[in-house]
Amino acid sequence: MAVTVRIPTPLRSLTGGADEVSANGGTVAEVIESLETNHPGMKDRLCDDKGVRRFVNIYANDEDIRFLDNLETTLKEGDTLSIVPAIAGGASL
Amino acid sequence: MRFRKMESIVEAVGDTPLVRLRSLEKDAPGTKIYLKLEYANPGGSVKDRPALQMMLDAIEDGRLTSDKILIDATSGNTGVAYSLFGAALGYRIQLVMPSNVSQARKDITEAFGTEIIYSDPMEGSDGAIRKVRQLVVEEPDRYFYADQYSNPSNPRAHYLGTGGEILEQVGDEITHFVAGLGTSGTCMGTTRRLREHSREIECIAIEPAEALHGLEGLKHMASSLVPEIYDPKLPDEILPVGTDAGWDMSDRLAAHEGLHVGHSTGANVAGALEVAKRPEASCVVAIACDRGDRYFAPMKWEKHYEW
Repeated sequence: MAVTVRIPTPLRSLTGGADEVSANGGTVAEVIESLETNHPGMKDRLCDDKGVRRFVNIYANDEDIRFLDNLETTLKEGDTLSIVPAIAGGASL
Repeated sequence: MRFRKMESIVEAVGDTPLVRLRSLEKDAPGTKIYLKLEYANPGGSVKDRPALQMMLDAIEDGRLTSDKILIDATSGNTGVAYSLFGAALGYRIQLVMPSNVSQARKDITEAFGTEIIYSDPMEGSDGAIRKVRQLVVEEPDRYFYADQYSNPSNPRAHYLGTGGEILEQVGDEITHFVAGLGTSGTCMGTTRRLREHSREIECIAIEPAEALHGLEGLKHMASSLVPEIYDPKLPDEILPVGTDAGWDMSDRLAAHEGLHVGHSTGANVAGALEVAKRPEASCVVAIACDRGDRYFAPMKWEKHYEW
């Protein structure tokens, strides 16, 4: 399953400057693994041992995955995953 | 304390309290740790100082006149400060901010009559800077571009205010000063003033340990547009602090010191505590940039971002 991943400025050093990359996976977790394979270091920036790091927001299309099924959120062909720095701060509970 | 009677809210900027962190000092016996509460400024943050200084200096030399709009890129506290002083002094304000800033942020500035222009959330504050530059190039006569990242009045505010106040408050006791790097104005200006003191004071800059971080207001210089006012040689040391360490320290300050501060303050104090444990430290002063309530997350049903 191919999805488009939007990369924020601070992580573009890992994607050779690209603001969008393609990745494979049926869930957010699988997409992150796919990103890690093609852009080593990505997973560590996005996740810690508890899941998505507190200050990173990931959107499946336009919904925050914390309000869906988090890393298990399912994706379909052509979906867009956006990684957005939590510049407005605060953990989303 | 502040039993002051004043003619205008602009006079309330500065003269902020310095508070000792006695609970934290237990982790660094023998060293005093003080926090300068910049959230006691009328706009609720350290940014009142540079915003007001940039406006007053520009009014004085004619760059800001009543027919111009003050514009700048800011997602937060500087915008609140411009908005407040714009309302008080009678100037029109426009702010460029990434569209994913919280609704509360938008509401605070709009309450003062400020107009907001949105930039791409994926590009963070650097995207907002690029957008404002483009607007100013298109219509240069319409705007006074305050440009907090390049404006020397920003560090000047701290050279004239913050630095001198700290010396007055702790006197010759201070051995170390700790401030985070955002525009770098606080660190640059205060450090310059402290360097004029008769005895050497170590000045330490805090920066986020990683490019993708959650310490709002602070900049990871290696991956950011570097502010023109930033002189990397000025601080004695640049100390990286992780997001988790900063966030945890914010929680600790609220629970054990009664100080509910934002994450950048948490990072400053986490750095200050590390410095306080060093054998040569005996009195460390850090900056509290703003309050934690500015970062309350919106409720789920309020959370809707537009791309």
